[in-house]
Amino acid sequence: MLSLDKLQQTGKKATRDGFGAGLKAAGDKHDNVIMLTADLRGSMKSEDFINTYPDRFIQCGISEANMMGVAAGLATAGKIPMTTTFANFSTGRVYDQIRQSIAYSDKNVKICASHAGLTLGEDGATHQILEDIGMMRMLPGMTVINPCDYNQTKAAVQAIAEHHGPVYLRFGRPGWPIFIPEDQKFEIGKALHLNEGSDVSIFATGHLVWYAVEAARELEAEGISVDLINIHTIKPLDEAAVIASAKKTGAVVSCEEHNKYGGLGSAIAECLSKSAPTFQEFVATDDTFGESGKATDLLDKYGLGIKDIVAAAKRAVAKK
Amino acid sequence: MADIQELQRIASQVRRDIIRQVYLCQSGHPGGSLGNADLLTALYFEVMENDPSFNMEGKGEDIFLLSNGHISPVFYSVLAHRGYFPVKELATFRQINSRVQGHPTTHEGLPGIRIASGSLGQGPSVACGMALAKRMDGDDKTVFVLTGDGEQQEGQIWEAALFAPHNKLDNLVLIIDDNGQQIDGPTEEVLKLGSFEDKYKAFGWDIMHMDGNDMAETVKVLKEAKAKRNGKPTCIVMKTEMGKGVDYMEGTHKWHGKAPDDELTEKALAQLEETLGDFPA
Repeated sequence: MLSLDKLQQTGKKATRDGFGAGLKAAGDKHDNVIMLTADLRGSMKSEDFINTYPDRFIQCGISEANMMGVAAGLATAGKIPMTTTFANFSTGRVYDQIRQSIAYSDKNVKICASHAGLTLGEDGATHQILEDIGMMRMLPGMTVINPCDYNQTKAAVQAIAEHHGPVYLRFGRPGWPIFIPEDQKFEIGKALHLNEGSDVSIFATGHLVWYAVEAARELEAEGISVDLINIHTIKPLDEAAVIASAKKTGAVVSCEEHNKYGGLGSAIAECLSKSAPTFQEFVATDDTFGESGKATDLLDKYGLGIKDIVAAAKRAVAKK
Repeated sequence: MADIQELQRIASQVRRDIIRQVYLCQSGHPGGSLGNADLLTALYFEVMENDPSFNMEGKGEDIFLLSNGHISPVFYSVLAHRGYFPVKELATFRQINSRVQGHPTTHEGLPGIRIASGSLGQGPSVACGMALAKRMDGDDKTVFVLTGDGEQQEGQIWEAALFAPHNKLDNLVLIIDDNGQQIDGPTEEVLKLGSFEDKYKAFGWDIMHMDGNDMAETVKVLKEAKAKRNGKPTCIVMKTEMGKGVDYMEGTHKWHGKAPDDELTEKALAQLEETLGDFPA
């Protein structure tokens, strides 16, 4: 059982580095794992896979729509294609290709999307997608996963290679604290309990999980007991874990690097409103586009900082 | 040696099935379907090595993908008569609770369908993926994909057009149904397509031409295209007549997506010989 004192930073690496390591491991195990990219191989930190398995790497050029179709064709023939590009170009740009050729066609394609959210940083709003979880979550049959650190991303890539069906795997650009134990088992659709508590439930996904850990430490120091849960799989949501925690604490905070509409917060609210209506605070972007800047400065400016999670938790508790 | 007359007899029944499918549900796309009856008959009954017991991966088989999914009636009729699923199921075309959906889909488990199509421009990319997989697997069979000519207005088409020659996919045959018509009118008026030959040559494809309503020529050209392995994908610019076989539907876009009434259905069926037996209505 994990707890706050066990969740210590052991290093710092980007989740996209975790993708590259996980891809190599998945490729070692499954000779039908194929990597595709749309002119962003360097950004995907996958040189180890590409150099080891050059015949299983397909460079598609700046043609994301075609890449999704090629992946669908490879999957039809029994391969496990993993498409790679930035999250923006992995979703909104190719939504109809994913919808028809992958999701509706039941293809075993893994859409691996880096540089998601504000933490892409200086490139600014054109590249900072904050709507992708919502778009992908709406597609019937699509699994949506947003791991939180290097170790979890590495484990997630290996898990999706074993899972049959379309998956959207969302990760990011910046170096980020590593804190999930290297040997922590990754189960698709199973929430990871990070700390047992009784006053407030904090559900977090992606980069904001680390912030939620830091926020929980502050809250605990102030005498507020935090039930901290990492929702790495947003769809299918671990409804039993969400409901059990909300019933225990009666106050909920959701934390995500995504618009407040359509993402983790929405998924939790949809779940709880059916069987355990609970006061909920949303730590998410406030229906806005991002802007250029340093990753952590942007998180602070857009209300996704540690202090924002602390404040949201206190508001949620006060409403009880 | 192909029995051209027998293929023509099959195509006649396929045309009857097209009319009767769209008549029964008063919905669907007869024009392009009729124009492609000869092509699909030639592919499935003469040119391709394909297995009607159907497995999705299609290893060791020639593959056909329909990108312009709206001409589903011709696809369904040919698949049914080839033995992929019972011919009687054609009566459920576009009806609720049917595997025979308005546009082809894998979702309902209809044997013979490998990819959903309907939203245009996606088939060639999928075909590239299947052709790549065949090469990776040492499978020497061929992947055929059909698009409409109007469909060539989609941007994704040209992404695939770059990709296939770059990857030397000489086991890929793209067929363009050059009937000069799309829903809103002649392609010349809606959005000029220019020369497919010039465009695809410039992209690095081999070009072939055929009259897709001449069965003997269609079989001959398809077999040549299938046999080619010269490092280049092949594009067949195929002339067809929209509505071919039904006089009042020929050469006009007006029957692109419209079903005939009782009287016109009777008139159409009178022009098409029943050769394999009609499916029960």
